[in-house]
Amino acid sequence: MTAQEVRTHTIDMSSVLRDQKKTDEPNETCIKVENLNLFYGEKQALHNINMEMLKKKVTAYIGPSGCGKSTLLRCINRMNDLVDSAKIDGKIVLDNENIYDKAVNVAALRRRVGMVFQKPNPFPKSIFENVAYGLRIQGINDKRILEETVENALRGSALWDEMKDRLNDNALGISGGQQQRLVIARAIAIEPEVLLLDEPASALDPISTLKIEELINELKEKYTIVIVTHNMQQAARVSDYTAFMYMGELIEMGTTSELFTNPRKKQTEDYITGRYG
Amino acid sequence: MDNSKIGHHISGQFNKELEDVRNKVLTMGGLVEQQIELAVTAFSTGDVEMAELVIKQDNQVDALEMAIDQECMQIFALRQPAAFDLRLLITVIKVINELERVGDLAERIAEMAIQLSGADSNKHDQYFELEHMAELVQEMLHGALDVFARMNVEDVTTITGLDENVDREYASIIRQLITKMMEDPRNITRMLDVLWIARSLERIGDHACNVCEHLVYMVKGEDVRHLTQEELERRMKE
Repeated sequence: MTAQEVRTHTIDMSSVLRDQKKTDEPNETCIKVENLNLFYGEKQALHNINMEMLKKKVTAYIGPSGCGKSTLLRCINRMNDLVDSAKIDGKIVLDNENIYDKAVNVAALRRRVGMVFQKPNPFPKSIFENVAYGLRIQGINDKRILEETVENALRGSALWDEMKDRLNDNALGISGGQQQRLVIARAIAIEPEVLLLDEPASALDPISTLKIEELINELKEKYTIVIVTHNMQQAARVSDYTAFMYMGELIEMGTTSELFTNPRKKQTEDYITGRYG
Repeated sequence: MDNSKIGHHISGQFNKELEDVRNKVLTMGGLVEQQIELAVTAFSTGDVEMAELVIKQDNQVDALEMAIDQECMQIFALRQPAAFDLRLLITVIKVINELERVGDLAERIAEMAIQLSGADSNKHDQYFELEHMAELVQEMLHGALDVFARMNVEDVTTITGLDENVDREYASIIRQLITKMMEDPRNITRMLDVLWIARSLERIGDHACNVCEHLVYMVKGEDVRHLTQEELERRMKE
Protein backbone atom coordinates (compact mmCIF):
# COMPACT_ATOMS: atom_id res chain seq x y z
CA MET A 1 0.00 0.00 0.00
CA THR A 2 1.32 3.44 -0.82
CA ALA A 3 0.58 6.60 1.05
CA GLN A 4 -1.49 7.75 -1.91
CA GLU A 5 -3.70 4.68 -1.78
CA VAL A 6 -4.11 5.08 1.94
CA ARG A 7 -5.30 8.65 1.63
CA THR A 8 -8.21 7.53 -0.44
CA HIS A 9 -9.11 4.98 2.22
CA THR A 10 -9.01 7.36 5.12
CA ILE A 11 -12.34 7.52 6.86
CA ASP A 12 -14.43 10.63 7.10
CA MET A 13 -14.03 11.82 10.66
CA SER A 14 -16.84 14.35 10.57
CA SER A 15 -19.47 11.61 10.93
CA VAL A 16 -17.70 10.29 14.01
CA LEU A 17 -17.25 13.61 15.71
CA ARG A 18 -20.91 14.54 15.47
CA ASP A 19 -21.88 12.38 17.04
CA GLN A 20 -19.40 -5.68 47.15
CA LYS A 21 -19.05 -5.29 49.74
CA LYS A 22 -18.20 -8.62 51.62
CA THR A 23 -19.29 -9.03 55.22
CA ASP A 24 -18.11 -11.51 57.80
CA GLU A 25 -21.33 -11.46 59.79
CA PRO A 26 -23.10 -14.79 59.86
CA ASN A 27 -25.97 -15.08 57.43
CA GLU A 28 -28.89 -16.41 59.35
CA THR A 29 -31.96 -17.60 57.51
CA CYS A 30 -35.08 -15.72 58.50
CA ILE A 31 -37.65 -17.00 56.04
CA LYS A 32 -37.47 -20.24 54.16
CA VAL A 33 -39.91 -21.06 51.38
CA GLU A 34 -40.18 -24.78 50.64
CA ASN A 35 -41.95 -26.35 47.67
CA LEU A 36 -44.59 -23.66 47.64
CA ASN A 37 -47.44 -24.00 45.14
CA LEU A 38 -50.36 -21.63 44.98
CA PHE A 39 -53.54 -21.97 42.96
CA TYR A 40 -56.20 -19.38 42.29
CA GLY A 41 -59.04 -21.79 41.54
CA GLU A 42 -57.81 -23.95 38.67
CA LYS A 43 -55.00 -21.63 37.73
CA GLN A 44 -51.61 -22.25 39.27
CA ALA A 45 -49.98 -18.92 40.15
CA LEU A 46 -46.82 -20.18 41.89
CA HIS A 47 -44.90 -23.25 40.83
CA ASN A 48 -42.81 -25.05 43.41
CA ILE A 49 -40.95 -22.06 44.85
CA ASN A 50 -37.91 -22.70 47.03
CA MET A 51 -35.90 -19.84 48.46
CA GLU A 52 -34.33 -18.49 51.60
CA MET A 53 -34.31 -14.94 52.84
CA LEU A 54 -31.62 -13.89 55.26
CA LYS A 55 -32.06 -12.01 58.50
CA LYS A 56 -31.56 -8.24 58.33
CA LYS A 57 -31.02 -8.31 54.59
CA VAL A 58 -33.11 -6.83 51.83
CA THR A 59 -34.41 -9.27 49.27
CA ALA A 60 -36.03 -7.90 46.13
CA TYR A 61 -38.45 -9.76 43.87
CA ILE A 62 -38.39 -8.63 40.28
CA GLY A 63 -40.22 -9.87 37.21
CA PRO A 64 -42.84 -8.83 34.67
CA SER A 65 -46.44 -8.13 35.68
CA GLY A 66 -48.35 -11.24 36.61
CA CYS A 67 -45.24 -13.30 37.30
CA GLY A 68 -46.37 -14.03 40.86
CA LYS A 69 -44.00 -11.81 42.80
CA SER A 70 -46.74 -10.00 44.71
CA THR A 71 -48.55 -13.27 45.28
CA LEU A 72 -45.40 -14.74 46.77
CA LEU A 73 -44.88 -11.68 48.95
CA ARG A 74 -48.43 -11.91 50.22
CA CYS A 75 -47.88 -15.54 51.13
CA ILE A 76 -45.32 -14.47 53.71
CA ASN A 77 -47.93 -12.94 55.99
CA ARG A 78 -50.81 -15.08 54.75
CA MET A 79 -52.59 -12.26 53.00
CA ASN A 80 -53.72 -14.79 50.42
CA ASP A 81 -55.91 -16.38 53.09
CA LEU A 82 -58.28 -13.53 52.40
CA VAL A 83 -58.72 -14.71 48.81
CA ASP A 84 -61.35 -17.43 48.83
CA SER A 85 -60.20 -19.25 45.73
CA ALA A 86 -56.55 -19.36 46.78
CA LYS A 87 -55.19 -22.76 47.73
CA ILE A 88 -51.67 -23.21 48.99
CA ASP A 89 -49.44 -26.18 49.56
CA GLY A 90 -45.85 -26.26 50.69
CA LYS A 91 -44.25 -24.48 53.59
CA ILE A 92 -43.01 -21.07 54.58
CA VAL A 93 -40.80 -21.35 57.63
CA LEU A 94 -40.31 -18.22 59.70
CA ASP A 95 -37.82 -18.75 62.52
CA ASN A 96 -38.22 -22.53 62.48
CA GLU A 97 -42.00 -22.43 62.43
CA ASN A 98 -44.19 -23.18 59.44
CA ILE A 99 -46.53 -20.22 59.18
CA TYR A 100 -49.11 -22.38 57.40
CA ASP A 101 -49.32 -24.66 60.40
CA LYS A 102 -52.87 -24.94 61.75
CA ALA A 103 -51.75 -23.80 65.20
CA VAL A 104 -50.50 -20.46 63.92
CA ASN A 105 -52.46 -17.40 64.99
CA VAL A 106 -52.70 -15.33 61.82
CA ALA A 107 -53.17 -12.03 63.63
CA ALA A 108 -50.04 -12.71 65.67
CA LEU A 109 -48.18 -13.65 62.50
CA ARG A 110 -49.12 -10.35 60.89
CA ARG A 111 -47.79 -8.50 63.89
CA ARG A 112 -44.45 -10.16 63.22
CA VAL A 113 -44.64 -9.63 59.49
CA GLY A 114 -45.67 -6.09 58.62
CA MET A 115 -46.71 -5.00 55.17
CA VAL A 116 -46.71 -1.77 53.18
CA PHE A 117 -48.58 -1.42 49.91
CA GLN A 118 -48.11 0.44 46.67
CA LYS A 119 -50.58 3.19 47.45
CA PRO A 120 -50.16 4.77 50.86
CA ASN A 121 -53.24 3.90 52.90
CA PRO A 122 -53.24 6.03 56.04
CA PHE A 123 -56.36 5.91 58.16
CA PRO A 124 -58.52 9.06 58.18
CA LYS A 125 -57.20 9.90 61.62
CA SER A 126 -54.48 12.08 63.04
CA ILE A 127 -50.85 11.33 62.30
CA PHE A 128 -50.37 10.29 65.92
CA GLU A 129 -53.32 7.91 65.91
CA ASN A 130 -52.21 6.34 62.65
CA VAL A 131 -48.91 5.28 64.18
CA ALA A 132 -50.43 4.38 67.55
CA TYR A 133 -53.15 2.29 65.93
CA GLY A 134 -51.33 -1.05 66.12
CA LEU A 135 -50.70 -0.58 69.83
CA ARG A 136 -54.25 0.52 70.56
CA ILE A 137 -55.73 -2.61 69.02
CA GLN A 138 -53.36 -4.60 71.17
CA GLY A 139 -55.01 -2.87 74.11
CA ILE A 140 -52.11 -0.59 74.94
CA ASN A 141 -53.45 2.81 75.94
CA ASP A 142 -50.77 4.09 78.32
CA LYS A 143 -50.15 7.63 77.08
CA ARG A 144 -46.44 7.56 77.90
CA ILE A 145 -45.84 4.29 76.06
CA LEU A 146 -47.87 5.49 73.08
CA GLU A 147 -45.98 8.77 72.82
CA GLU A 148 -42.64 7.08 73.08
CA THR A 149 -43.52 4.45 70.50
CA VAL A 150 -44.93 6.99 68.06
CA GLU A 151 -41.82 9.13 68.33
CA ASN A 152 -39.51 6.17 67.82
CA ALA A 153 -41.51 4.88 64.86
CA LEU A 154 -41.59 8.31 63.23
CA ARG A 155 -37.87 8.72 63.80
CA GLY A 156 -37.36 5.22 62.40
CA SER A 157 -39.19 6.19 59.23
CA ALA A 158 -37.32 9.51 58.96
CA LEU A 159 -40.51 11.47 59.47
CA TRP A 160 -40.15 12.84 63.00
CA ASP A 161 -38.56 16.16 62.13
CA GLU A 162 -41.22 16.91 59.53
CA MET A 163 -44.15 15.73 61.66
CA LYS A 164 -43.33 16.48 65.29
CA ASP A 165 -45.22 19.78 65.33
CA ARG A 166 -48.28 18.50 63.53
CA LEU A 167 -48.97 15.14 65.14
CA ASN A 168 -52.65 16.00 65.51
CA ASP A 169 -53.15 16.96 61.86
CA ASN A 170 -55.16 14.60 59.70
CA ALA A 171 -52.89 12.10 57.97
CA LEU A 172 -54.75 12.52 54.70
CA GLY A 173 -53.45 16.07 54.45
CA ILE A 174 -49.76 15.21 54.10
CA SER A 175 -47.96 14.49 50.82
CA GLY A 176 -47.93 11.06 49.18
CA GLY A 177 -44.28 10.49 50.03
CA GLN A 178 -44.91 11.45 53.65
CA GLN A 179 -47.99 9.24 53.75
CA GLN A 180 -45.95 6.29 52.55
CA ARG A 181 -43.35 6.88 55.25
CA LEU A 182 -46.16 7.28 57.76
CA VAL A 183 -47.52 3.89 56.78
CA ILE A 184 -44.03 2.45 57.24
CA ALA A 185 -43.94 4.10 60.69
CA ARG A 186 -47.27 2.46 61.48
CA ALA A 187 -45.86 -0.89 60.41
CA ILE A 188 -42.70 -0.60 62.50
CA ALA A 189 -44.49 0.80 65.56
CA ILE A 190 -45.44 -2.75 66.53
CA GLU A 191 -41.84 -3.88 66.05
CA PRO A 192 -42.24 -6.63 63.49
CA GLU A 193 -39.38 -8.93 62.46
CA VAL A 194 -40.12 -8.77 58.79
CA LEU A 195 -41.28 -5.91 56.59
CA LEU A 196 -42.96 -6.71 53.29
CA LEU A 197 -42.96 -3.83 50.85
CA ASP A 198 -45.13 -4.17 47.77
CA GLU A 199 -44.06 -1.50 45.25
CA PRO A 200 -43.56 1.00 48.08
CA ALA A 201 -42.29 3.79 45.85
CA SER A 202 -44.06 3.31 42.55
CA ALA A 203 -46.66 6.00 43.23
CA LEU A 204 -44.11 8.54 44.45
CA ASP A 205 -42.01 11.27 42.87
CA PRO A 206 -38.24 10.71 42.47
CA ILE A 207 -37.25 12.56 45.64
CA SER A 208 -39.78 10.75 47.81
CA THR A 209 -38.64 7.54 46.16
CA LEU A 210 -35.05 8.24 47.16
CA LYS A 211 -36.18 8.96 50.71
CA ILE A 212 -37.97 5.61 50.86
CA GLU A 213 -34.89 3.87 49.46
CA GLU A 214 -32.70 5.60 52.02
CA LEU A 215 -35.16 4.52 54.68
CA ILE A 216 -35.02 0.89 53.53
CA ASN A 217 -31.27 1.05 53.91
CA GLU A 218 -31.67 2.21 57.51
CA LEU A 219 -34.47 -0.20 58.34
CA LYS A 220 -32.45 -3.25 57.42
CA GLU A 221 -30.33 -2.67 60.51
CA LYS A 222 -33.32 -3.95 62.47
CA TYR A 223 -35.65 -5.77 60.12
CA THR A 224 -35.62 -8.40 57.44
CA ILE A 225 -37.07 -6.74 54.37
CA VAL A 226 -38.67 -8.20 51.28
CA ILE A 227 -39.54 -5.79 48.52
CA VAL A 228 -41.43 -6.20 45.28
CA THR A 229 -40.59 -3.66 42.63
CA HIS A 230 -41.08 -3.03 38.95
CA ASN A 231 -38.18 -0.64 39.00
CA MET A 232 -35.08 -2.70 38.41
CA GLN A 233 -32.68 0.09 39.21
CA GLN A 234 -34.47 0.41 42.51
CA ALA A 235 -34.04 -3.30 43.19
CA ALA A 236 -30.39 -2.94 42.26
CA ARG A 237 -29.94 0.01 44.60
CA VAL A 238 -31.72 -1.16 47.72
CA SER A 239 -31.43 -4.93 47.86
CA ASP A 240 -28.74 -7.36 48.94
CA TYR A 241 -30.35 -10.29 47.16
CA THR A 242 -32.57 -10.36 44.13
CA ALA A 243 -34.96 -13.03 42.95
CA PHE A 244 -36.17 -13.00 39.36
CA MET A 245 -39.56 -14.58 38.79
CA TYR A 246 -41.28 -15.40 35.55
CA MET A 247 -44.69 -17.03 34.96
CA GLY A 248 -45.00 -18.13 38.56
CA GLU A 249 -41.57 -19.69 38.75
CA LEU A 250 -38.44 -18.60 40.51
CA ILE A 251 -35.95 -18.39 37.65
CA GLU A 252 -32.87 -17.16 39.42
CA MET A 253 -31.89 -15.82 42.81
CA GLY A 254 -28.55 -14.47 43.89
CA THR A 255 -26.68 -11.51 45.29
CA THR A 256 -27.90 -8.34 43.65
CA SER A 257 -24.48 -7.33 42.38
CA GLU A 258 -23.98 -10.69 40.68
CA LEU A 259 -27.48 -10.87 39.26
CA PHE A 260 -27.26 -7.43 37.68
CA THR A 261 -23.76 -7.80 36.23
CA ASN A 262 -23.56 -11.45 35.33
CA PRO A 263 -26.84 -13.34 35.52
CA ARG A 264 -26.64 -17.07 34.96
CA LYS A 265 -29.93 -17.56 33.14
CA LYS A 266 -30.76 -16.18 29.75
CA GLN A 267 -34.30 -15.24 30.80
CA THR A 268 -32.90 -13.11 33.61
CA GLU A 269 -30.44 -11.46 31.25
CA ASP A 270 -33.18 -10.70 28.75
CA TYR A 271 -35.44 -9.22 31.40
CA ILE A 272 -32.94 -6.99 33.17
CA THR A 273 -31.44 -5.70 29.95
CA GLY A 274 -34.89 -5.03 28.48
CA ARG A 275 -34.87 -7.55 25.64
CA TYR A 276 -37.58 -9.74 24.21
CA GLY A 277 -37.71 -13.16 25.84
CA MET B 1 -23.03 -15.57 22.99
CA ASP B 2 -23.06 -13.90 19.63
CA ASN B 3 -23.81 -10.65 17.87
CA SER B 4 -27.50 -11.19 18.37
CA LYS B 5 -26.89 -10.22 22.00
CA ILE B 6 -26.86 -6.61 21.00
CA GLY B 7 -30.15 -6.69 19.12
CA HIS B 8 -33.63 -7.46 20.42
CA HIS B 9 -33.83 -4.64 22.91
CA ILE B 10 -37.37 -3.51 23.40
CA SER B 11 -35.96 -0.04 22.87
CA GLY B 12 -34.79 0.08 19.27
CA GLN B 13 -32.89 3.26 19.99
CA PHE B 14 -30.83 1.48 22.66
CA ASN B 15 -30.01 -1.28 20.14
CA LYS B 16 -28.86 1.37 17.74
CA GLU B 17 -26.67 3.07 20.31
CA LEU B 18 -24.93 -0.16 21.31
CA GLU B 19 -24.50 -1.18 17.70
CA ASP B 20 -23.04 2.21 16.96
CA VAL B 21 -20.51 2.01 19.78
CA ARG B 22 -19.51 -1.45 18.66
CA ASN B 23 -19.01 -0.32 15.06
CA LYS B 24 -16.93 2.63 16.14
CA VAL B 25 -14.66 0.38 18.18
CA LEU B 26 -14.17 -1.83 15.13
CA THR B 27 -13.46 1.23 13.00
CA MET B 28 -10.91 2.40 15.54
CA GLY B 29 -9.37 -1.07 15.63
CA GLY B 30 -9.11 -1.12 11.85
CA LEU B 31 -7.45 2.26 11.88
CA VAL B 32 -4.90 1.21 14.48
CA GLU B 33 -4.15 -1.97 12.55
CA GLN B 34 -3.52 0.14 9.48
CA GLN B 35 -1.24 2.42 11.47
CA ILE B 36 0.97 -0.50 12.49
CA GLU B 37 1.05 -1.87 8.97
CA LEU B 38 2.02 1.50 7.51
CA ALA B 39 4.54 2.31 10.23
CA VAL B 40 6.36 -0.95 9.71
CA THR B 41 6.28 -0.53 5.93
CA ALA B 42 7.53 3.04 6.28
CA PHE B 43 10.40 1.75 8.37
CA SER B 44 11.44 -1.01 6.02
CA THR B 45 11.08 1.06 2.84
CA GLY B 46 12.24 4.38 4.30
CA ASP B 47 9.04 6.05 3.06
CA VAL B 48 8.92 9.29 5.05
CA GLU B 49 5.63 10.40 3.58
CA MET B 50 3.97 7.22 4.77
CA ALA B 51 5.46 7.62 8.23
CA GLU B 52 4.08 11.13 8.44
CA LEU B 53 0.68 9.80 7.50
CA VAL B 54 0.81 7.38 10.42
CA ILE B 55 1.55 10.24 12.76
CA LYS B 56 -1.36 12.19 11.37
CA GLN B 57 -3.68 9.19 11.66
CA ASP B 58 -3.06 9.15 15.36
CA ASN B 59 -5.22 12.25 15.71
CA GLN B 60 -8.12 10.31 14.25
CA VAL B 61 -7.52 7.45 16.67
CA ASP B 62 -7.48 9.87 19.59
CA ALA B 63 -10.65 11.57 18.39
CA LEU B 64 -12.37 8.20 18.05
CA GLU B 65 -11.33 7.26 21.56
CA MET B 66 -12.87 10.42 22.96
CA ALA B 67 -16.01 10.08 20.86
CA ILE B 68 -16.57 6.47 21.98
CA ASP B 69 -15.92 7.37 25.62
CA GLN B 70 -18.49 10.10 25.33
CA GLU B 71 -21.07 7.78 23.82
CA CYS B 72 -20.53 5.15 26.50
CA MET B 73 -20.97 7.79 29.17
CA GLN B 74 -24.23 8.91 27.57
CA ILE B 75 -25.53 5.36 27.58
CA PHE B 76 -24.54 4.87 31.22
CA ALA B 77 -26.32 8.04 32.21
CA LEU B 78 -29.47 7.54 30.18
CA ARG B 79 -30.00 3.78 30.04
CA GLN B 80 -28.52 2.32 33.20
CA PRO B 81 -27.28 -0.75 31.34
CA ALA B 82 -27.17 -4.10 33.14
CA ALA B 83 -25.69 -7.55 32.62
CA PHE B 84 -24.17 -8.06 29.15
CA ASP B 85 -24.84 -4.48 28.10
CA LEU B 86 -23.00 -3.23 31.16
CA ARG B 87 -20.05 -5.53 30.59
CA LEU B 88 -19.97 -4.57 26.91
CA LEU B 89 -19.70 -0.87 27.68
CA ILE B 90 -17.13 -1.29 30.46
CA THR B 91 -15.11 -3.48 28.12
CA VAL B 92 -15.38 -0.98 25.29
CA ILE B 93 -14.00 1.78 27.51
CA LYS B 94 -11.03 -0.39 28.41
CA VAL B 95 -10.44 -1.78 24.95
CA ILE B 96 -10.33 1.63 23.31
CA ASN B 97 -7.81 2.72 25.90
CA GLU B 98 -5.58 -0.19 24.85
CA LEU B 99 -6.14 0.62 21.20
CA GLU B 100 -5.21 4.23 21.73
CA ARG B 101 -1.94 3.14 23.32
CA VAL B 102 -1.28 0.85 20.36
CA GLY B 103 -1.87 3.86 18.12
CA ASP B 104 0.73 5.82 20.06
CA LEU B 105 3.21 2.98 19.70
CA ALA B 106 2.62 2.87 15.95
CA GLU B 107 3.22 6.60 15.91
CA ARG B 108 6.53 6.08 17.70
CA ILE B 109 7.56 3.45 15.16
CA ALA B 110 6.76 5.96 12.44
CA GLU B 111 8.88 8.60 14.14
CA MET B 112 11.79 6.18 14.33
CA ALA B 113 11.24 5.29 10.69
CA ILE B 114 11.66 8.97 9.82
CA GLN B 115 14.83 9.24 11.87
CA LEU B 116 16.26 6.10 10.33
CA SER B 117 15.27 6.86 6.74
CA GLY B 118 18.24 7.26 4.50
CA ALA B 119 20.56 6.12 7.29
CA ASP B 120 21.22 2.81 5.66
CA SER B 121 20.16 0.92 2.58
CA ASN B 122 18.80 -2.62 2.18
CA LYS B 123 17.11 -2.68 5.60
CA HIS B 124 15.05 -5.65 4.49
CA ASP B 125 17.87 -8.06 5.05
CA GLN B 126 19.10 -6.44 8.22
CA TYR B 127 15.84 -6.35 10.10
CA PHE B 128 14.24 -9.54 8.99
CA GLU B 129 13.43 -10.49 12.60
CA LEU B 130 11.80 -7.15 13.25
CA GLU B 131 9.46 -7.67 10.35
CA HIS B 132 8.59 -11.13 11.53
CA MET B 133 7.87 -9.74 14.97
CA ALA B 134 5.64 -7.08 13.43
CA GLU B 135 3.71 -9.79 11.60
CA LEU B 136 3.19 -11.65 14.85
CA VAL B 137 1.83 -8.69 16.79
CA GLN B 138 -0.38 -7.70 13.88
CA GLU B 139 -1.79 -11.20 13.88
CA MET B 140 -2.45 -10.89 17.61
CA LEU B 141 -4.21 -7.55 17.36
CA HIS B 142 -6.22 -8.69 14.39
CA GLY B 143 -7.23 -11.81 16.28
CA ALA B 144 -8.30 -9.75 19.29
CA LEU B 145 -10.44 -7.46 17.15
CA ASP B 146 -11.91 -10.48 15.45
CA VAL B 147 -12.90 -11.85 18.86
CA PHE B 148 -14.60 -8.55 19.59
CA ALA B 149 -16.47 -8.60 16.30
CA ARG B 150 -17.65 -12.19 16.76
CA MET B 151 -18.02 -12.01 20.55
CA ASN B 152 -16.67 -15.51 20.78
CA VAL B 153 -13.76 -15.98 23.15
CA GLU B 154 -13.06 -19.66 22.55
CA ASP B 155 -9.81 -18.96 20.74
CA VAL B 156 -8.30 -16.24 22.90
CA THR B 157 -5.61 -18.50 24.32
CA THR B 158 -4.28 -19.07 20.80
CA ILE B 159 -3.86 -15.31 20.48
CA THR B 160 -2.36 -14.72 23.92
CA GLY B 161 -0.10 -17.74 23.35
CA LEU B 162 1.61 -15.88 20.50
CA ASP B 163 2.97 -13.39 23.00
CA GLU B 164 5.62 -15.89 24.03
CA ASN B 165 6.93 -15.98 20.46
CA VAL B 166 6.93 -12.20 20.38
CA ASP B 167 8.99 -12.08 23.55
CA ARG B 168 11.42 -14.58 22.10
CA GLU B 169 11.83 -12.55 18.94
CA TYR B 170 12.32 -9.45 21.01
CA ALA B 171 15.10 -11.07 23.03
CA SER B 172 16.77 -12.26 19.86
CA ILE B 173 16.60 -8.79 18.29
CA ILE B 174 18.19 -7.26 21.35
CA ARG B 175 21.05 -9.75 21.16
CA GLN B 176 21.51 -8.88 17.53
CA LEU B 177 21.50 -5.16 18.20
CA ILE B 178 24.07 -5.55 20.97
CA THR B 179 26.32 -7.46 18.62
CA LYS B 180 26.04 -4.73 16.00
CA MET B 181 26.80 -2.05 18.56
CA MET B 182 29.90 -3.91 19.64
CA GLU B 183 31.02 -4.41 16.07
CA ASP B 184 31.04 -0.70 15.43
CA PRO B 185 30.18 1.94 18.06
CA ARG B 186 29.10 4.29 15.28
CA ASN B 187 26.02 2.05 14.97
CA ILE B 188 24.86 2.75 18.48
CA THR B 189 22.58 5.72 17.78
CA ARG B 190 20.87 3.91 14.96
CA MET B 191 20.58 0.68 16.87
CA LEU B 192 18.93 2.47 19.78
CA ASP B 193 16.26 3.74 17.38
CA VAL B 194 15.74 0.22 16.13
CA LEU B 195 15.51 -0.93 19.72
CA TRP B 196 12.64 1.51 20.26
CA ILE B 197 10.81 -0.04 17.35
CA ALA B 198 11.29 -3.56 18.69
CA ARG B 199 10.17 -2.41 22.10
CA SER B 200 7.06 -0.77 20.67
CA LEU B 201 6.14 -3.93 18.79
CA GLU B 202 6.58 -5.97 21.93
CA ARG B 203 4.28 -3.60 23.81
CA ILE B 204 1.66 -3.86 21.06
CA GLY B 205 1.62 -7.60 21.66
CA ASP B 206 0.99 -6.98 25.36
CA HIS B 207 -1.87 -4.62 24.60
CA ALA B 208 -3.42 -7.21 22.28
CA CYS B 209 -3.29 -9.69 25.17
CA ASN B 210 -4.97 -7.15 27.45
CA VAL B 211 -7.73 -6.66 24.89
CA CYS B 212 -8.30 -10.42 24.87
CA GLU B 213 -8.58 -10.47 28.65
CA HIS B 214 -11.12 -7.64 28.65
CA LEU B 215 -13.12 -9.51 26.03
CA VAL B 216 -13.27 -12.64 28.16
CA TYR B 217 -14.81 -10.49 30.88
CA MET B 218 -17.31 -9.08 28.42
CA VAL B 219 -18.47 -12.44 27.12
CA LYS B 220 -18.17 -14.66 30.20
CA GLY B 221 -18.30 -12.16 33.04
CA GLU B 222 -15.05 -13.55 34.40
CA ASP B 223 -12.08 -11.40 35.22
CA VAL B 224 -9.03 -13.18 33.81
CA ARG B 225 -6.48 -10.39 33.99
CA HIS B 226 -3.02 -10.98 35.39
CA LEU B 227 -3.00 -14.72 34.84
CA THR B 228 -0.17 -16.70 33.30
CA GLN B 229 -0.81 -18.30 29.94
CA GLU B 230 -1.23 -21.72 31.62
CA GLU B 231 -3.68 -20.37 34.17
CA LEU B 232 -5.65 -18.65 31.44
CA GLU B 233 -5.83 -21.84 29.39
CA ARG B 234 -7.07 -23.72 32.42
CA ARG B 235 -9.71 -21.10 33.22
CA MET B 236 -10.94 -21.04 29.64
CA LYS B 237 -11.43 -24.81 29.65
CA GLU B 238 -13.56 -24.73 32.80
